[in-house]
Amino acid sequence: MAAHLKKRVYEEFSKVVQIPHEETPAKKLRLSKPSKSAALHIDLCKATNSTDALQYLLQFARKPVEAESVEGVVRILLEHYYKETDNSVRLKIASLLGLLSKTQGFSPDCIVDDAINTLSNEKSHQVLAQLLDTLLVIGTQLPESPALRLRLVEVAYKHLSDTYFGVRNKCLQLLGCLGMVDAPLGKENEGAGLRDVQSIISDYFGDQDPRVRTAALKAMLQLHERGMKIHQIIYDQACRLLTDDYEQVRSAAVQMVWVLSQLYPESIVPIPSSNEEIRLVDDAFGKISHMVSDGSWMVRVQAAKTLGSMLQVSPHFLEQTLDKKLMSDLRRKRTAHERAKELFASGEFSSGRKWADDAPKEKLDTNTVNLIASGACGAFVHGLEDEMFEVRIAAVEALCQLARSSPSFAEKCLDFLVDMFNDEIEEVRLQSIHVLREISTHITLREDQLDTVLAVLEDSSRDIREALHELLCYTNVSTKECIQLALLELLKNLNKYPTDRNSVWKCLKFLGSRHPTLVLPLVPELLSTHPYFDTPEPDMDDPAYIAVLVLVFNAAKSCPTMPALFSDHTFRHYAYLRDSLSHLVPPLRLPGRKQVYGLDSVDSGPGSGSVESAQLFLQQSLNRVSTIQNLEAPGAQDLLDLTIRDLLRLGELQTELAGAADFCATYLRCQLLLMKALQEKLWNMAVPLCLKQNVTATAAAQQILEETYKLEFLYSGLESRQVATIHHVRLQAKALQLVLTARTRQGLDLLISSCEKFLQDVESFQRLFLTELPHLQDSFVDKLLELMPRLSSCKPVELVKILQTTLRQSGLLQLRLPEQIHRATATIIEPTGESDNPLRFTSGLVVALDIDATLEHVQDPQNTVKVQVLYPDGQSHVIHPKPGDFRKPGPHRHRLITQVYLSHTAWTEPSQIEVRLLLAYSSSSTSLTSPSKLGWSENLESLPPAEAAVEGTIPFSKAVKVFIMPKPARR
Amino acid sequence: MPEIKVTPLGAGQDVGRSCILVSIGGKNIMLDCGMHMGYNDDRRFPDFSYITQNGRLTDFLDCVIISHFHLDHCGALPYMSEMVGYDGPIYMTHPTKAICPILLEDFRKITVDKKGETNFFTSQMIKDCMKKVIPLNLHQTVQVDDELEIKAYYAGHVLGAAMVHIKVGSESVVYTGDYNMTPDRHLGAAWIDKCRPDILISESTYATTIRDSKRCRERDFLKKVHESIERGGKVLIPVFALGRAQELCILLETFWERMNLKAPIYFSTGLTEKANHYYKLFITWTNQKIRKTFVQRNMFEFKHIKAFDRSYADNPGPMVVFATPGMLHAGQSLQIFKKWAGNEKNMVIMPGYCVQGTIGHKILNGQRKLEMEGRATLDVKLQVEYMSFSAHADAKGIMQLIRMAEPRNMLLVHGEAVKMEFLKGKIEQEFSIDCYMPANGETTTVTTNPSVPVDISLNLLKREMALGGPLPDPKKPRTMHGTLIMKENSLKLVSSEQALKELGLNEHQLRFTCHVQLQDPHSDADTLHRIYTHLKSVLKGYTIQHLPDGTVIVESIVIKVSSSAEDSNTKVLLLSWSYQDEDLGSFLSSLLKKGLPSGIC
Repeated sequence: MAAHLKKRVYEEFSKVVQIPHEETPAKKLRLSKPSKSAALHIDLCKATNSTDALQYLLQFARKPVEAESVEGVVRILLEHYYKETDNSVRLKIASLLGLLSKTQGFSPDCIVDDAINTLSNEKSHQVLAQLLDTLLVIGTQLPESPALRLRLVEVAYKHLSDTYFGVRNKCLQLLGCLGMVDAPLGKENEGAGLRDVQSIISDYFGDQDPRVRTAALKAMLQLHERGMKIHQIIYDQACRLLTDDYEQVRSAAVQMVWVLSQLYPESIVPIPSSNEEIRLVDDAFGKISHMVSDGSWMVRVQAAKTLGSMLQVSPHFLEQTLDKKLMSDLRRKRTAHERAKELFASGEFSSGRKWADDAPKEKLDTNTVNLIASGACGAFVHGLEDEMFEVRIAAVEALCQLARSSPSFAEKCLDFLVDMFNDEIEEVRLQSIHVLREISTHITLREDQLDTVLAVLEDSSRDIREALHELLCYTNVSTKECIQLALLELLKNLNKYPTDRNSVWKCLKFLGSRHPTLVLPLVPELLSTHPYFDTPEPDMDDPAYIAVLVLVFNAAKSCPTMPALFSDHTFRHYAYLRDSLSHLVPPLRLPGRKQVYGLDSVDSGPGSGSVESAQLFLQQSLNRVSTIQNLEAPGAQDLLDLTIRDLLRLGELQTELAGAADFCATYLRCQLLLMKALQEKLWNMAVPLCLKQNVTATAAAQQILEETYKLEFLYSGLESRQVATIHHVRLQAKALQLVLTARTRQGLDLLISSCEKFLQDVESFQRLFLTELPHLQDSFVDKLLELMPRLSSCKPVELVKILQTTLRQSGLLQLRLPEQIHRATATIIEPTGESDNPLRFTSGLVVALDIDATLEHVQDPQNTVKVQVLYPDGQSHVIHPKPGDFRKPGPHRHRLITQVYLSHTAWTEPSQIEVRLLLAYSSSSTSLTSPSKLGWSENLESLPPAEAAVEGTIPFSKAVKVFIMPKPARR
Repeated sequence: MPEIKVTPLGAGQDVGRSCILVSIGGKNIMLDCGMHMGYNDDRRFPDFSYITQNGRLTDFLDCVIISHFHLDHCGALPYMSEMVGYDGPIYMTHPTKAICPILLEDFRKITVDKKGETNFFTSQMIKDCMKKVIPLNLHQTVQVDDELEIKAYYAGHVLGAAMVHIKVGSESVVYTGDYNMTPDRHLGAAWIDKCRPDILISESTYATTIRDSKRCRERDFLKKVHESIERGGKVLIPVFALGRAQELCILLETFWERMNLKAPIYFSTGLTEKANHYYKLFITWTNQKIRKTFVQRNMFEFKHIKAFDRSYADNPGPMVVFATPGMLHAGQSLQIFKKWAGNEKNMVIMPGYCVQGTIGHKILNGQRKLEMEGRATLDVKLQVEYMSFSAHADAKGIMQLIRMAEPRNMLLVHGEAVKMEFLKGKIEQEFSIDCYMPANGETTTVTTNPSVPVDISLNLLKREMALGGPLPDPKKPRTMHGTLIMKENSLKLVSSEQALKELGLNEHQLRFTCHVQLQDPHSDADTLHRIYTHLKSVLKGYTIQHLPDGTVIVESIVIKVSSSAEDSNTKVLLLSWSYQDEDLGSFLSSLLKKGLPSGIC
């Protein structure tokens, strides 16, 4: 038996335990520093009085603390806290505790108990408030611990009855940030019974201190933001706070009412002093509308903004906001808007206005006139007339949001928006034009309205005019007179501001294509044709005539009967314009003329089918290329050549795919260059014999490098996989350079240093694209990384040899396309470079050159886009435009309107300078290596050493030549 | 009860000659001192004999406050201060103080030099009068004397127009003067805080009007001018020198700037240049836009508007001319009108109301042939336009101001009686406050209910707070015990002990006792025990003791039981409580009167 037992024991003991093979975690190195806590302790002990201690603490707060030593520091601080008698020092310690618990990597749960303990002994209200703040920080740092959360909420609840407003504020903040609506609390307080956080907070809506009332409202909003369900009961209380004496309370109350109206839009509330009931959202809308005429402009802004997002409101209420029943001597008066409409309807627009033609007609019953509108009456009328432009802008924006969701409201608010075109602040005018554009799909402009809109075309501000052109592009008008009026005004505009040429033409293009039937009856007049007589042929260079033609041709596109009205020269002009301004003039089916197929056929049917087929084609070409396994394969080069050509052509034909096609073509060109460089027979020859080939290979490597930068920074929409591919090519090019260096120069030091640099590059590549490495199987890098241990130890010469073979053996890396690639492009509109008149100025002084350019798909142009000016003597200036010079007219589009200053010494005769736009890049600013945010305690030293940033510029616009002539200064 | 008395000497159910007397807390204040434009006799000025038959006004008035520089608000000031006699302080805002004498001097010149009146105030009198003026700043509280303080609020209307808040102790009155609740091109909107005055004295010029949006009118105006200029026509805008003229100038100036127009704009000289100078100086009194941009460029430094010279009227080409006076009855505007009337390309825009009999009134009513002096006739071919730009609050604006200030009573002045009647009804209906509209010379008396400040001893407050839970709950008023001591004009609330000590009195105990008869067959001791258990079940949260000496004590209430002499089943309960526990005692007695429930052992 004993033996048996013994055996059992042995069995137990000898059980083989298989320990899973753990990968040893990579050890992180960190420079150790002398302990912060010790130093602090010594400092604090040295302090003889509170002022000294405070000084030490202040100094300490300036220095960061690392996560490991935080706890020690906290202990020391707490220890000192208990001893300290001075309030200000305790306050500072409390605030330091809060700061320290924010330290990344430090879990503050260990100091919760201490903080709560200190709380119970604290007498000073300020320190108490600060401690609660610290607890708030701790609580927000540890969102995952419900027990702690509950505890903190209990603490907050206990201190809510403090007499100092700051403490109550902080308590409410704590409740708002940490409280749960469902969990009841306050068990130990038998008087209050079980109550949830919401009702506790709502008790403080009636606090005597406005700051506490605000804090209570904010806490409630915070609860809502955290996704807690706020109950409807507080609606009445919140509404009452709308009439509070203090603006911050009213402002918060507006938000609160809004939140409730979004939560319970459909519930029914009674109207006081009557037995009717309305929907809550309508009631809230009415109340907030009331706030638009509040005494404080902050509240007005808040209210106006809020109105815009109340989309569920009933149309009846909505329309009241624009209604301000006019009255004169107790008689109903029609608004000027109504009068204008009526005049228009009666067919007589321009009547000589009589005095008192706005004389009121019907007599009003005094009882029905409601001076303080109980509802939303006239809220926007007030908002739009407000003294502060902030309120006006908010009102305009709100109008926009509401109008977008309600066509009938859009129709109604049109008059008001048009009125805003006349505001005294340009920002407001611009905003209202933009808004009108956004809602223009819902509306058709009447003639009198159009008239008012067009009046703004003479505005001296370019932004306003261009916004208006943009608006006209999207506008529907009702009659042919409107078209004529618009054309007339646009021509006037063109005459007054010739720089608006492009914008006006574009505007007319859309105007024509939108209203072909309205243009048709105008054609003879517009082209000044006559049934019997030949009229003189207009000047083809006249921008006004071109404008008219653009309108007519675009209308003719969908109106086949129109070309019959053209005279001979019109057809000729059509052909000319179709070539010179093809983006403005559409292809037309003209009778008796051969259709020119080719480009046109593609343009005329850019349906989705062709995009798909083009996409397919692109993909196929890429697949075809991917079959090239070996770079030395015969025909590989030809295939690449062909594919590149195909892709470039595809990009020209299919604008949607231009970015992708260009991107692929550039990538393939890199590969081709690499291939050529490697294929040279030079590799087998002795060095001195192949000097010439060497030169071409070096040039190729250099070019590849440049192209890779273009690939990386010129295209938007790249994913990290593509970036990895690009970096891979760059690495190959660097390898090639290294090999070439090794072959040509004999200097060993240089070689060693460049070898080291290369290895660094490889390492950083590995670090950056760790996740992408699996996709790079069998590539150059893959092989390189396999050999890495060997590489880092071997001699430079050996390294070069290895590189050489790997380079030649590695296959072509297949390119995978992301969803959308866009190429950053820039077009310089101004100067046009056509002028033969040189810009004359006195040498030594400066002349300002206006530059106007559109940029597409440029991210962050304020920092990256630069203007380069190249003088004939090779001097080049790079000018960084002001951030304010960039405007954003549309998504992915920017407009650069700036001035560059030119200056030079005297020339004997005029000559041309070149102006082009550059895209600056810096490899350290790649999206992948986003610099980690520096925490309070983090040190710069702890960051990995930054890659040596490569900075450079890519020219991305065509150069424009400007004729200038610096004259010698006259003495 | 304290009262506030308001007596309009002018502007009571009338427009013009604003002058309102207010008696508040023993102080007499005169608000505005204007003249009436419609009269040329004694009715022109307010009847100061209402205040005193003979002698100077200084003894009867504590201060005079002028709301703005329009003559119907300040025209009688030199007459009052120099000819009737008043040496006390006169308050007005800085811009009013600057511009007011210019207008007074102009007014004097017209009356004395042109019309040849005598017995009118002289230039020297205007100067002397202005020396008595104390300038006010916005939102600055000025102590007139120890008790009376005034504070000015922005009122829009014209440059420097102010509303005044007058306060004596806890009683207060707000006088609006003329004000405008919608901002215009050069002034902002009136604003006041929630000062809850006892009376709000408001103008009510547009009591029955709700105005159209300002932008419509501006746009119309600009369009008319622009069209006429494009046609090559000349535009004449007759204006009065101050106020609207500046607004229209800014309007045109910015429009010219925006639209890059080149046609000249002229302003006929006169008062205007001097006044424009002040407009430039008092930038803080203008609206947001002008205030924000004046660093780059002062909006009143007109680029396009130049001084007019008589000879310019014959210049060819388009132009815009502002000329005085506003009703085309005399002066430069009439001369220019005569010159331009014959051409249908030209235009005249009347920016305001015209009195009957003036040429302005005639042409507005469509008369096309005018008879001039010397039996000449003038064919009016030019276009006549009417454009109303007024800077008074409309009915909605008045309501908005009431909502802002939340007054306890309302008093309307400066408007027509019929219109006031309507607005009065509306105000009473909407706000349920009393509204008055006294006629000239009629006194309105409003009794106020001033709050009396009482010092409370901190100890008492702390003790009460400690007693009743955590915080004073604003939703539930709480009673507290204390003693009010009135001593040497001051009120103090202290605890009774402290009061006794201060007064050197002994404390008297006051106890109530009452007998309650109860039918109960048990013995005395049992009954007592039954009472004890009953009370225990009813009064939770109170300390109830059953003492061995045959009493039950609830807090401070003593209950004893004894059998009555006649019937041993009838028990007599003796309840005794101190005065402090009156509530509980009466509750207990009524409870015990109902008898004991049967289910208690």
